[in-house]
Amino acid sequence: MTEQLVFMLQLVISGIAVGGVYSLMALGFVLIFKASSVVNFGPGELVLFGAHVSWATILQMRLPLVVALPLTLAVAVLLGLVIERGVLRPLIGEPIISVIMVTFGFASVIRGFLNMTWGSDTRPFPVLFSPEPFRVGPVPVSPVHLWSFVGVMVLLGAFSLFFRFSLTGMAMRATADNQQVAQSLGVSVKWVFALSWCIATGVSTLAGIILGSVRGGVDFSLADLGLKVFPVVILGGLDSVAGAIIGGVLIGVLENLSGGYLDPILGGGVKEVAPFVVLVIILMLRPYGFFGKVEIARV
Amino acid sequence: MRCGGFRVSYRSDERIFDTAVPIIALVVFLVALALVPRFATTYWLDVLNRIGIAVIGALGLNILVGFTGQISIGHAAFLAVGAYATAILETKAGLPFYLAIPVAALLTAAFGLVFGIPSLRLKGLYLAIATLAAHFITTYVIIHWESMTKGVFGLMVPPATVFGLPLDSDARIFYLIFALTIPATLVTKNLFRTKVGRAFIAIRDRDVAAGVMGVNLYRYKLLAFVISSFYAGVAGGLMAHHSRILFPDAFTLLVAIDYLAMIIIGGLGSILGSIFGAVFMTLLPEVLKLTATSLTGVYPQAFGLIASARDIVFGLAVIFFLTYEPQGLARIWVRMRSYWTLWPYSY
Repeated sequence: MTEQLVFMLQLVISGIAVGGVYSLMALGFVLIFKASSVVNFGPGELVLFGAHVSWATILQMRLPLVVALPLTLAVAVLLGLVIERGVLRPLIGEPIISVIMVTFGFASVIRGFLNMTWGSDTRPFPVLFSPEPFRVGPVPVSPVHLWSFVGVMVLLGAFSLFFRFSLTGMAMRATADNQQVAQSLGVSVKWVFALSWCIATGVSTLAGIILGSVRGGVDFSLADLGLKVFPVVILGGLDSVAGAIIGGVLIGVLENLSGGYLDPILGGGVKEVAPFVVLVIILMLRPYGFFGKVEIARV
Repeated sequence: MRCGGFRVSYRSDERIFDTAVPIIALVVFLVALALVPRFATTYWLDVLNRIGIAVIGALGLNILVGFTGQISIGHAAFLAVGAYATAILETKAGLPFYLAIPVAALLTAAFGLVFGIPSLRLKGLYLAIATLAAHFITTYVIIHWESMTKGVFGLMVPPATVFGLPLDSDARIFYLIFALTIPATLVTKNLFRTKVGRAFIAIRDRDVAAGVMGVNLYRYKLLAFVISSFYAGVAGGLMAHHSRILFPDAFTLLVAIDYLAMIIIGGLGSILGSIFGAVFMTLLPEVLKLTATSLTGVYPQAFGLIASARDIVFGLAVIFFLTYEPQGLARIWVRMRSYWTLWPYSY
């Protein structure tokens, strides 16, 4: 294999790995949107929160991983409940601008809280996997990338089974489909809203842990990464779980490839902006993404 | 005894000043404002200057979001274009500031026109996401177009000069800023007494219905973007002259969120609200700073917590206003006023 091909494959593989994490974040976003039509403009802060709490439980409190992970998830679920109960439920039925701003509001509170408790320095994240890359053919693959990808795929698989077969999952899909009908069939819509926030904060936390170990550290730039959720969900369709998964991987690969090939020409930073260029193009051509439900405007 | 307003003609209904009292109050306020630089310290003058700039920016955003209902998370990008265009026109093309600011504002308006094109197809949340993307693309260009903007190294702006007098102190730039803030407020107030303003409000209330009634949606939506970004261009130009050095860091997404918070806390679709919001958001960090300074004796670490305290208070304020007072400070003001006008027979 030529050197160029190896370079490209490397970009693709790390792109898939990062894209898997985007899929996770997008899954949280899509769940909330599907269930309650709330657009969460603070996905990055949820990731940041998860990463910080897991850092605190693993490295600061020195708990074993078996205890630390469930504890982190429990805290994340609690955060989800607080957000849903305290912030979003009073705003059901309010205009979109209010809902968007309120998510900015709680994102700001989370950021301030994290900054106040733990400061804004970069924290070394526990090394969960050996940093030594192994080779698949001529292409070096780092174990962190591999394991994060495997972890993400297992999670996403578990979630699709959950939505497909469990009663709760079906109730959530029913609510997403039609709130009134679901409610009249005995589904507690409030409970579904709360649950979707809990799942969203839960998967965001897992995304935070994975991102932390991929990058080897936790800092506030993780929050900016959260905004990459938007290209992903626009590509896949705002209300499509499958779209979130595929979109995440696609955006991950795309930003890596564009970064790898265009950075030398345009002088750096292409990776950060390329997904948003794609976003604009898709919005203009196909606003409901590849898997999203088309809405029809009525007076 | 006269009680409440009796308006029998459209003329009297549209009048800005009902009675002589608000005119007198306004004149007193303006005279007091003009005298401020004689008494205020540089610190408070600087705060006032930033309020003046924020008022223009918030008015522009309120025209777009509060009055026309087009959600934009890209206001920071407009400000950035205005600021950089002013600076580049003055340093590279050698224009004096009184030409550079209007030309830059027109450039920003043209930029807003392009920015607004997605609004023809998208609304609500999709438009919000499109403007978010446009923000990132704009800041990317500003950071990386180093031959023009000097990128992260910062672009120096020469002080504006009027008849050979450089406006290089806070007191002098104060007059420039408020010489633009006051007309901007007046123009906005009058905008909503015209056909254009009514069309904007109709689009906000229900765009499909407005279209059916003969409002040209394309034209007025784009016009809202153009007017809004013109204001942002002026505000950006003033920012360039106020800070005298421009960094891309001054125009992050957080700035756009701050401006959105201004109009929400102040009051969506309210001119007075834009002013209140601008004052509130500019004073918030200053008040926290003062609190921290007074607390340092008791609690020495207080100063290091300002940034995070600001984030928390800001977020809580946004959540509070959206939940309990969606029409913002302007609504509180109206309530207070109507309580006192009929006092003690308020009910």
